[in-house]
Amino acid sequence: MMGLPGLLPRFLRAPLGLDRGFAATVGVTMSSPTQATTYPEPSRSTGGADATVAAEIVGRSPRQLAWLRFKRDRTGIVCAVIVAFFILVAVFAPVITWLYGKNAYTLYGQDDNLLNSYGLPVKANGGIDADHWFGIEPGLGRDIFALLVYGIRTSLGISLCVTLLSVALGVCVGLVQGYLGGGTDYVVGRFSDLMMAFPSQLFFIAFTPVIIAMFVSPSDQEPTWIRFTALVLVQFALGWMSLGRLVRAQVLSLRTREYVEAAHLSGASPGRIIRRELLPNVWSTVLVQATLLLPLNVTAEAGLSFLGVGMQKPTPDWGLMFQDAAQYYRSDITYMFFPGIAMVVFVVAFNLLGDAVRDALDPRTVR
Amino acid sequence: MLRFLVRRVLGAIVILLLISAVTYFLFFALPADPAALSCGKNCNPQTLALIRKNLGLDEPVPVQYWQYMIGIFLGRNMTIGHCSAPCFGYSFASQQPVWSTLMNRYPTTVTLAAMGALIFLVIGVGLGLISAARQGTAFDKIASAVSLTGQSVQIYFIGPLAIYLFADTLGWLSRGHDPDWTHDPVGSITGMILPAMVMSVIFWSNYSRQTRSLMVEQLSEDHVRTARAKGMTSRYVFMRYALRGAMGPIITIFGMDLSSVFGGAIITEYTFGLHGLGQLAVSAVTQTDLPLEMGVMLFGAAAIVIANIIVDACYAVIDPRIRLS
Repeated sequence: MMGLPGLLPRFLRAPLGLDRGFAATVGVTMSSPTQATTYPEPSRSTGGADATVAAEIVGRSPRQLAWLRFKRDRTGIVCAVIVAFFILVAVFAPVITWLYGKNAYTLYGQDDNLLNSYGLPVKANGGIDADHWFGIEPGLGRDIFALLVYGIRTSLGISLCVTLLSVALGVCVGLVQGYLGGGTDYVVGRFSDLMMAFPSQLFFIAFTPVIIAMFVSPSDQEPTWIRFTALVLVQFALGWMSLGRLVRAQVLSLRTREYVEAAHLSGASPGRIIRRELLPNVWSTVLVQATLLLPLNVTAEAGLSFLGVGMQKPTPDWGLMFQDAAQYYRSDITYMFFPGIAMVVFVVAFNLLGDAVRDALDPRTVR
Repeated sequence: MLRFLVRRVLGAIVILLLISAVTYFLFFALPADPAALSCGKNCNPQTLALIRKNLGLDEPVPVQYWQYMIGIFLGRNMTIGHCSAPCFGYSFASQQPVWSTLMNRYPTTVTLAAMGALIFLVIGVGLGLISAARQGTAFDKIASAVSLTGQSVQIYFIGPLAIYLFADTLGWLSRGHDPDWTHDPVGSITGMILPAMVMSVIFWSNYSRQTRSLMVEQLSEDHVRTARAKGMTSRYVFMRYALRGAMGPIITIFGMDLSSVFGGAIITEYTFGLHGLGQLAVSAVTQTDLPLEMGVMLFGAAAIVIANIIVDACYAVIDPRIRLS
């Protein structure tokens, strides 16, 4: 009986990791009638399966298998829901604040006399009440709930752009390097080494104003979208190398596979080989890396705003809330908790989601 | 070993020259008018002309860069006066030589980064070792949960909370002040404990995870099993055989992390109001002080590259195979 469970995992794993060539032939799992809709986990399949093997063979694509595996991972699902919640909050920020009845720019504290002469909320716990769920901001007196919702929108927007651009360039560079090899590989590789040698935090701090100066004259007030673009570009400039290296390493090992050689022999162009043979096999790595990259970018962006070189007031931004709250932590520590806890929850959920995605796509990795 | 070091140092010099060239180009050639950038919002033609002359912006960019590099190695005469050997120019804002400002500020950052790194290596590797020794126990699970949370918090969130709790409310630790190694070595250390602890938190998880999986891998190696079969105690085998095999990769990971350690130190400095390179970089940027920005950038890059060579040398001492490849 050891034969079947022992054999199954190897078959199931093959199509998911690297070998797309295998997928077409062995993307097939056995399923007993009771398990018709669920994916039978190899280690749990029982001897009874033996009898039904011949009768019940259901073809599944690697993607379906990964999805079935992901669905069984409870932590992964919970984290996916949390992440989806944050993304929905970011997307529907205007709707949420409209329903809530406040916006992120009105100075409620000053208009309604909710701040004392020191600029601190009059009510206890940072001015939390039925009108202002998360209290009001000391100093300017904006509504913290509205500020947080819009802040998440700004930060996630920037980080998402950075992640998408970095992943796109990283994949392109990795594919080209790995496939062409030789001189191209060497030159591009040394260039990415050089970029990796830059102290990233200093680079972000120093070059954001330079990029802004490329678009607007320093004596003018720059529009918000230019700052947004500059932050995206500066983080993107140092964001693509690690993924590029990973993809390159994978492509190097894939390039010598039989199915790539077969495609080559049958006259496929390099473009076609890259698109149809190599790319589908690296996408699982790419997806996992992208899910791990995004929270890093969110915290980096918030860090820049915290340092005062990212988004500027009065644009609502997650990192700016920390900068603001850090000035008032002694008198109004409540303010710190809302952006802080929201960010910790977001990053934990995203990291665990990344792990779950990796487990689902590539069960071979042992943690 | 000497050949290995020479090769690494030569490589480092090439990287640093390239970084300086790229940085110089980005600062002084990319913006349409770098003088206007450093002149800021309230600029008049006189100051603009002065800045242009002081920076030597009337020359072509390669010539400017050449003069800048000559200044670093040999010193150069500037409008403001002679500037001796490691000359990074004069700061616009303070009119001080950039080099002396850097010399004043770097001990804070280096102390913070070194203490932070020491703390996270001890805690991270320690957690990983105990988890590997007690696989599957409650300790293992708690340690992984703790380090996951640690990885997901931000310095700028827990920093103020830590000051509030440990310095202001409980009064256990100093709220962090700049080190002064010549006059007050003890105070330099105690003043850095809280910032270094806070900074270390985000690094725990990576090291405990990596150490744990490396140790688990090492413990199943043949030589470890042989050592156990010969009758060596499991403690001895764990510490002398398995740990030694796991140290190499951990040092490699540490080398790759140096840049983020430096980045973490910048954020921590700012959070705790310390006056190090990070704070200097931020104020240089807000005052658009180009020579100072350039100086901090090059100094930071050089620090990371040098630290990387030291890490590599340690690795080569531990694992002789590295020297040959």
